[in-house]
Amino acid sequence: MSETSGESQDYEREVARRAEAVAEFEEPRRGLLGAVQHMLHVNPSLVPLIVLIASIIIFGILRGTTFFSPFALTLILQQVQIVGIVAAAQSLVILTAGIDLSVGAIMVMSSVVMGQFTFRYGIPVEVSVACGLLCGTLIGFINGWLVAKVKLPPFIVTLGMWQIVLATNFLYSANETIRSQEIEAEAPLLQFFGNTIAFGGARLTYGVIFMLALVFVLAYALKHTAWGRHVYAVGDDPEAAELSGVNVKRTLISVYMLAGLICAFAGWALIGRIGSVSPTSGQLANIESITAVVIGGISLFGGRGSIMGTLFGALIVGVFTLGLRLMGADAQWTYLLIGVLIIAAVGVDQWIRKVSV
Amino acid sequence: MEPILKARNLVKRYGKVTALDHCDFDLMPGEILAVIGDNGAGKSSLIKAVSGAVLPDEGEVFLEGRRVHFTSPIDARNEGIETVYQTLAMSPALSIADNMFMGREIRKPGFRGRWLRQLDRAEMERIARDKLSELGLMTIQNINQAVETLSGGQRQGVAVARAAAFGSKVIILDEPTAALGVKESRRVLELILDVKSRGIPIILISHNMPHVFEVADRIHVHRLGKRLCVIDPKDYTMSDAVAFMTGAKEPPAADIAA
Repeated sequence: MSETSGESQDYEREVARRAEAVAEFEEPRRGLLGAVQHMLHVNPSLVPLIVLIASIIIFGILRGTTFFSPFALTLILQQVQIVGIVAAAQSLVILTAGIDLSVGAIMVMSSVVMGQFTFRYGIPVEVSVACGLLCGTLIGFINGWLVAKVKLPPFIVTLGMWQIVLATNFLYSANETIRSQEIEAEAPLLQFFGNTIAFGGARLTYGVIFMLALVFVLAYALKHTAWGRHVYAVGDDPEAAELSGVNVKRTLISVYMLAGLICAFAGWALIGRIGSVSPTSGQLANIESITAVVIGGISLFGGRGSIMGTLFGALIVGVFTLGLRLMGADAQWTYLLIGVLIIAAVGVDQWIRKVSV
Repeated sequence: MEPILKARNLVKRYGKVTALDHCDFDLMPGEILAVIGDNGAGKSSLIKAVSGAVLPDEGEVFLEGRRVHFTSPIDARNEGIETVYQTLAMSPALSIADNMFMGREIRKPGFRGRWLRQLDRAEMERIARDKLSELGLMTIQNINQAVETLSGGQRQGVAVARAAAFGSKVIILDEPTAALGVKESRRVLELILDVKSRGIPIILISHNMPHVFEVADRIHVHRLGKRLCVIDPKDYTMSDAVAFMTGAKEPPAADIAA
């Protein structure tokens, strides 16, 4: 140690005799409420899961087997499939601290491309479907490019894109619906996701199976691949992610492109669900998907939450909608309760965030 | 001797503010070079220019005598230059292991890694744990805990451990002891000397004069966007160094741009 630093550093000499044992702390007594809070912090998607199970049980008690039957429960799955698929795309974007208001428009546009390419130009239906999927991915790419490279706020980019795509959709389709019978006769592949598997009273459409498979694949990708970790890192703190070696722009563009592709799949599933290709359908998909994501516990500030939560969030909305309808309640009660749920979900999110570890 | 990392005539302007004004920089192989300077002197800009975080408007950077052109921190990292930034560059919601391997994740061998792109969590956690124990940071109880649950000092420790684990040619430390307690600072200084003994040169930016004078082989004094002088800590006192960097005293002619 040199002369100059010697006198000023005497105090550090004691450090040489430091204790090396690993610090041990007594587990604090948390109490029941504290324990719950801690558990929710570790597993944020538990909140929507608990709400989902509780609402199924409550409606089951109130309506008995009318609600608690394989038919009614799988009906809920069929009713949420479109929102569920779109919400999966929305989750990815929201995890990067963005938002995608154009999801519904991309979905409808893709379904119109699939339908019109087949019926107006006589292109083979397989090629038209591929073109529809490509169309969704391309719009997603433009969104991603504007967000990542031009650095415009995602809200503005997708607000604009929503209007652009929706207007293009109406102009291109001339507001014409392709009827269900025609599709059934000439291009049944467009209705592929409408096929059902029935066992007992339960009816699962391919669209429902696709939604569930999609959520599981995305959950795997987010948790167990480098790409998934990068999505979280970018949403958490983009500058830190950039400095620690993440290609932020590429990650963002890939997320918006994937979201566009998933929305295009939702457009395909939409044809299966409603039978026809209609440029006026799916207008509320963007708001409904954001609702599912928020109720599912994904933070709008990015980087936190799990895609399983989104699935639970979409199902909660489905359970409330069907349950209240079976109760004979005015449909407005559904919207009122969903509004309460959204605010409660964010409240719970803030509460569980107060716990560290 | 040829400097391992050399910069010539770096200029960086932010609007009307000139952060780097035809600045030179030399890092010799195996040395610890401290960079000191007043706030706003351009230390951070200099470091960012040689680590790829900022693209200089003019000037050249050479690594081992070869002209390099970093457009992002990833480029610099691929060349073996690791940086611990003042902000630490960590994702608070992710675990310690995730953060240490951010951008260079290890995948599982065989089918699951190649085709399913599955990460090898166990291996990454094992390496992360080893690196942290080397640093004496075992007060961290769980390698999977989120970085946001760590204290400031522990976070800094993780960031330094990350750089030490992966830096092969140059390690840059921007204020590594600023947030640390006495014991942790000592650990970081020991680590710096340890890394040096492995032959890897270090750039240390610090305001802590005792720490600088203790470990540095040479001190680069930065003032008004350029290198004022390079001094040997054995020849000058801490007050001399402070006087040079604040402009209270003219630097010795012999040492100017030495």
